[in-house]
Amino acid sequence: MRIRMRYIGLLALAGLLSVLAASGGIANATGTASGCAAYTAYGKFKSKKVSFYSAIVAPQDKSFTDSFKKFESCTGIKIDFQGDKQFDSQIQVRIQGGNAPDLAVFAQPGIVKQLATTRKIVTAPASVVANLKKFWSPAWAGYVTVNKKVYGAPLGANVKSLVWYSPKMFQANGWTIPKTLGELKTLSDRIAATGKKPWCVGIGSGDATGWPVTDWMEEMMLRLYGVKTYDNWVNHRVPFNGPAATGALNAAGAYIKNPAYVNGGLGDVTSVASTSFVDAGLPIVQDQCALHRQGSFYGEFWPKGTNISPNGDIFAFYFPGKTATSKPVLGGGEFLVAFSSRPEVRAFQAFMSSATWANAKVESTPTGGWVRANQGLVATKLRNPIDRLSATILQDKNSVFRYDGSDQMPGAVGTDAFWKQSTKWILGQSTKDTLDAIEAAWPS
Amino acid sequence: MVTTEKLTQMVEGLAVFAVLVGLVLAIAGRAPRAGRSDDRRVAIAFLAPAVLGLLIVVIYPAVRTIYESTFDADGSDFVGLGNYATIFTTPDQIIVLRNTALWVILSPLAATSLGLLYAVLVDRARFESFAKALIFMPMAISFVGASIIWKFVYEYRPDFAGVNQIGVLNQVLVWLGGTPQQWLIESPWNSLFLIAVMVWVQAGFAMTILSAAIKGIPAELGEAARVDGATARQVFRRVTLPLVRPAVIVVLTTVAIWTLKVFDIVRTMTGGQFDTSVVANEFYTQTFRSFNQGVGSALAVLLFVLVLPVILYNARQIRRLA
Repeated sequence: MRIRMRYIGLLALAGLLSVLAASGGIANATGTASGCAAYTAYGKFKSKKVSFYSAIVAPQDKSFTDSFKKFESCTGIKIDFQGDKQFDSQIQVRIQGGNAPDLAVFAQPGIVKQLATTRKIVTAPASVVANLKKFWSPAWAGYVTVNKKVYGAPLGANVKSLVWYSPKMFQANGWTIPKTLGELKTLSDRIAATGKKPWCVGIGSGDATGWPVTDWMEEMMLRLYGVKTYDNWVNHRVPFNGPAATGALNAAGAYIKNPAYVNGGLGDVTSVASTSFVDAGLPIVQDQCALHRQGSFYGEFWPKGTNISPNGDIFAFYFPGKTATSKPVLGGGEFLVAFSSRPEVRAFQAFMSSATWANAKVESTPTGGWVRANQGLVATKLRNPIDRLSATILQDKNSVFRYDGSDQMPGAVGTDAFWKQSTKWILGQSTKDTLDAIEAAWPS
Repeated sequence: MVTTEKLTQMVEGLAVFAVLVGLVLAIAGRAPRAGRSDDRRVAIAFLAPAVLGLLIVVIYPAVRTIYESTFDADGSDFVGLGNYATIFTTPDQIIVLRNTALWVILSPLAATSLGLLYAVLVDRARFESFAKALIFMPMAISFVGASIIWKFVYEYRPDFAGVNQIGVLNQVLVWLGGTPQQWLIESPWNSLFLIAVMVWVQAGFAMTILSAAIKGIPAELGEAARVDGATARQVFRRVTLPLVRPAVIVVLTTVAIWTLKVFDIVRTMTGGQFDTSVVANEFYTQTFRSFNQGVGSALAVLLFVLVLPVILYNARQIRRLA
């Protein structure tokens, strides 16, 4: 899916996760804010420049450039930060034109893998490998490891398994937050019985229309068939159109193609295809629907002045698992990889994977949205209630994190056929035809 | 890149250009007076830079694209005509071809006939220049701008009490007692709504050229026909139309070329979703989103092959017109 760097300001849970796995311990590793003590390890350079290309544009870019300032003054390496809304297509043009940047940020492990196998990106220096081992869980390390070689490190992460709702509406109607998939269904039926459409869904996103369906299907796959089947399916070790995939897509369809459930305040089922994902959740505020499944980034889309908190106008709950104790979590993230191996590029790469940068980033993002790579700080330091919720979901000992599947698939599927066929599916194409067409698009 | 760096590069580029031009002039200037072989030398000296430029920016990329269209997605294995087979056999690609055909047939015809009708109607009317300016104005709007405007025209809001339509078309429909429709969802009708945008933009162009052609017809011809008892319709069919035929053909072919290359409208309004993709849009999607260079190049070649005869015909017509 394509919500990436634009919302990167949301969470750097990658770091958090790593600590969950690596059991803390970097709290003291960071130097004090003053002086260059923490930066001596990266060496001294004379008027060197590193280009850093990404889809991070204003206003999120400032917290990034600010977080490099100290590094720049202490090491003498100038970071040429290039944010571009057209990053996704332009990076391909630049690579093919032999004009690749030194560093680039990708949201799709699939593309990282592709670039690694075609030898477009270079392996990461030992310092990055060490940091990766220390701060990130094996699952996250796996996304940047190709043929046992490490090609970079994650930057940030976000949680997608969230259902947005209105705490006030729930209180007024006596509804409770569902703890299992079964309860979610019961709740939906209960709301539908009142004459209100329980869900509002929108998959419109310009030429990326369809991506929210991929999230829905992945959520169902994780919940109904488990992580193992999910991994096999994502990596095409089983066909895309197998029985599990059929079951998962049908389960998603039981919600988002169900005329009794959708589309609150937006129209009939076909309006799912034409409603922009940006507007899709808003009927909750107008009391037109009750539930909207969307990632943590959606917190930015509510109208100004909306009280987003556990007892406010809007909040979110964890999209429940099959049982109260099974908690698969779907999420995404960003990865920093290098196209050149000049010493100054390697130094900056090492810095970006360190706790020093994670802390600098927290400091340069005063409105919240970044989590320090330390479990002890999480609860108190997080300013944003949705960040706090995301952290709790990830900290839950039953949680199993899985990266957005479509982002790991080859481009022909993950950013084309999967979206396009999903859109057709919403508009009436059968589950079988849909899955067969996507399977046919998988590059051999 | 820093500004000063860019400026230096620009100055360097200009200097190289100046040197080259100087060189050409010097070579050409060395030719002694008249004489056949000298004429040839002068011609070669002046033509060489242009030919060289064409080779680098047109011929080489074209050959390269054709070459790449015979390789697989990442350009590593030779697949022969496999990519072309994909274009002509996959159901999704066939829809792309169908849409392209719809566009190429409908939009030149619609734009030209509307333009012609308008040109005839306002010819020598009282508010001619104002009326012409009115229909010519969309020409000043880019395809992307026009697409955004029309997206609002087609905008849909559900048919619920208290919900107001914000799209003009649906509001008119509601006033007439109908229910609002999602114009851009249902194929193949949605392609027609996209074509309408193209026609809206191009009708002004057609009108301008055709109006000029109509003005070129000597007034006596029409008068003579009328004296002979021809009706207005007969004058149009038997006198006006045959005389503006070359202009009509130029307009038709020019709009057809633009239409074959249409990308902006589709991308802005539907992103190629809902079965509205056309060759130019699909070629972009395949190359830069699916990372399938092979099929992308093959589509580009196909587009080239489709446009080529129209361009040749158009060039011949323009020469005849001149």
